Formats: sequence, C-alpha cells, structure tokens
Amino acid sequence: MNEVEQVENERLEVQLLLEAIYLRYGYDFRKYASAHTKRRLEHRRALEGLPNLAAMQHLLIYDETFFNRVLLDLSINVTEMFRDPWFYKSVRELVVPYLKTYPFAKVWHAGCSAGQEVYSMGIVLQEEGMKERVQMYATDFNELILAKAKDGIYPMNLVREYTANYQQAGGKSSFSDYYTADYDNVVMKRFLKEQVLFSSHNLVTDGVFGEMNTIFCRNVLIYFNRDLQNRVLNLFYESLCPGGFLCLGSKENIKFSDVAHKFEVVAEREKIYRKKRM
Amino acid sequence: MDKIIQKYEAIVIGASAGGLIALHRIFSQRCLDFNLPVLIAQHICPNRESLLPELLRQHCTGTVKDAEDKDVITSGNVYIAPSNYHLLVEPDKSIALSVEGRVNFSRPSIDVLFETASEAYCDALVGIILSGANSDGAYGVSQIKKRAGLTIVQSPDSAEFDTMPKAAIEASNPDFILSLDEIGILLNTLCNRG
Repeated sequence: MNEVEQVENERLEVQLLLEAIYLRYGYDFRKYASAHTKRRLEHRRALEGLPNLAAMQHLLIYDETFFNRVLLDLSINVTEMFRDPWFYKSVRELVVPYLKTYPFAKVWHAGCSAGQEVYSMGIVLQEEGMKERVQMYATDFNELILAKAKDGIYPMNLVREYTANYQQAGGKSSFSDYYTADYDNVVMKRFLKEQVLFSSHNLVTDGVFGEMNTIFCRNVLIYFNRDLQNRVLNLFYESLCPGGFLCLGSKENIKFSDVAHKFEVVAEREKIYRKKRM
Repeated sequence: MDKIIQKYEAIVIGASAGGLIALHRIFSQRCLDFNLPVLIAQHICPNRESLLPELLRQHCTGTVKDAEDKDVITSGNVYIAPSNYHLLVEPDKSIALSVEGRVNFSRPSIDVLFETASEAYCDALVGIILSGANSDGAYGVSQIKKRAGLTIVQSPDSAEFDTMPKAAIEASNPDFILSLDEIGILLNTLCNRG
C-alpha cells in the first residue's frame, strides 16, 4: 500500500467513526474540520494503545464511558478571561453603548466552554452599570464543561494572566473584586452568575435560541467545515435582532458564508460584525 | 536526484529561536517567479503580534499574512501561523486553525503543521526545519519524509540554535542538510521547475 492510499484509508476510518458516533449517540461531528478531528481521534487512540482507528469503533459503540472521553477530546476548551484584551476593549467601546439604548437586552455566548468569557462580559456589564438590564445566555453542547462554567471555579495559577488581561482590556476596578480565593482556586462571585442562564445547546443540530442583541462565538467555528460554518452563521443571523452584534474569534470571519453581505464589519481586527437592517 | 525533478505544490517551514533571522535570510534570496505557497510555524510569545509578516513582505510579490480560518492556500502567498493558534492544512488544501492544547510546549506547533500538511500534499510537499532550541518539528519532518516529500534541515553548525535542526536530522535522515544560502538557492531551483 502506498502512502496516498494509506492517507485515504485513514480518512475513511475517521468517517466511519464519526458516523458510528452519530448513529449511536446522536452527536454529529461529521462536518467538523477534518484535519483537526483526525488529530483528536489519533490522540485518543494513542493514549488507549489501540492499533488503529477501526479498533476504536467497537469500543465507541459498546462502551459509553469511552465515548464520553472521546467527546471531551473533540470539544476544545482552551480559553481565558478577557482573551484578546483588545477585543474586550472594543466590546466596551462599540457594543455596550448599543446595549445601553435598550431598556432590556439579551446576550448569548454560544459554545461558552468553561465560562471564562461569559464572566469577562459579566464584569464589563457590571462596570458599565448594565448588569440589571442584560440577560446573558451561556450554552455549550458538552454538559460536563457547562457544569464547570456554572461553577465558575478556575485555577489560582491562571489569575495573574487573567488580571493582566483584565487591566489591558480597560478594567475600571480591581480584578480581585470579582472572585474569592479558595486555596488553589478562585471562585467567581455569585452576583456575576445571577444574570446568566446556563443551558445545553448544540450548534450543529439545534435551532434558533431566541432573539438576541449580541452573540459571542469565539474560536468555535474554526472546528467546523465550511458547510457547517455556513449553517451556524445562518443560525446566528436568524437569532439576532436587526442591528445586533456578532463577535467571532480574531482569526475567523464570515466572508465564505452566504450571510456575508447581510452583516457590516464594525471592527475588522476584532471580528465584530453587525446585522444590517434590511 | 529524483526528488529535485519532482514537482512540488507547497512549502512548510518550522522555526523557533533564531528563526526570524534565518527566515529573513532565505526570503531575501527569493527570485521573482518564486510561486509556491509557503506556510510557516514560528514559535513566538503568545499575545504578541508577530514581526514576521512585515519582515517577509519586502521580499514577496504575493500576499504575506497571518493565516485565517478557511483561507484557500494559493500560489505565491505566505501564510503565517497566528500567535497562540495551531496552523493545520485540510485535505482540500485550505487552512484550519485550532486552539487545542500546546504540542511540544508550543502553540503553534511545527509538528501539527507538518503532519497535517503532509497528509494533504503527500509527496508534493517540501518541509524545512530552521534554527530553534527545542525538538518540535522532528516528528513532523519524519512524516513528510515517510510520505516521500522533500525534507531540508538547516545545518546545525550554521544555526543560531542547533537543538531543533539536530533533533530533526536524528528523527528523519533528511534529504538535504544545508546552510541558509543553499536553502534559498535550492528553493529557487524547485520553483523554476513549476
């Protein structure tokens, strides 16, 4: 067998695995970016000492705890508080004034992971005197990570980095006002959680979540193929009220989607878009 | 040598400490019709904008940019892994990014770029390892070699930091071990064959 055939056969194995996951558990990874998906599955295969991906198929079908490990492998949960501080600075300057024009507004964090960015936005809203007037929704397809988001407990050793980010993002107070320290961890203060509704939602299979004024979905779309990105961007378009904001990751964009012309670019580097009033 | 006659479709370059100077040196020798797309994973400080695009732009006729998700890899362009993202190549030769955990303590990781690119391009890929003080890229270059791509490593005695070239040489027995000037000449030769 030559190398080209080998690569093609491995792609076939990946395809069959994802099909099995979908048929057995209902989670649909078939339209995820394929290089990434293959790497994550290979990572699990190597950890388990399995000879090839085909051997993983049996385990995946019969052993639900094994599937849950693979589910975690496939959902990437690397993020931080005030990730890309300059982005949060722009949110404060460009998005918050718009939210202020409403008596009551809704903000959706789609694919919220362990909640770091949800609390970041919560802090911004608190400092802008908007906390009582904004309902935040935080959703993820992974129940385990969603529970972590709800707890809002983060390792102490990350706090130095979070604090620096907070300051660079134009924080008006002291970052330590927002958490209580507990040995090796910090716990986000209760008042930041009061305005957030944590809920399970799968961008791949579920529908419109509600009419939102702003949607955050940062570094989630990079794991999807172009087809699925298009579906999800349409979902966001449908979920936004006219004039509402869409905030993506700094290396993502909407130019390959068929809603591209329905948004205007508000901040190019920050990837902040605004739904046009048609 | 057969490998020089082969027609290539893309070049991947991995660099770490000392890589900025090395990349500059190679790119300063590019001839005008140098048309293969180049993808670069260079280790830099997270949260810092890379100086690389600015530095390389003066030597390129095509676009030099931080790679963005789903960019279609196009001849003559140079794509640089953004700080704090892994750069991957999809089977359809478009770009995918990822913020999954560090690989070899690095994000971007050279291994991640080289491995996914070698799966997309197989024997039509050129992989180059430059100066660096770790061993990221050694596995990646061995994958390119396995799939019959062309592998080039900067000669350790010419590298500012020789750990990375040495690790790559040990892991892969590369096709060429060359100085920066020789790498530049070889790349121009490969391109003129297009």
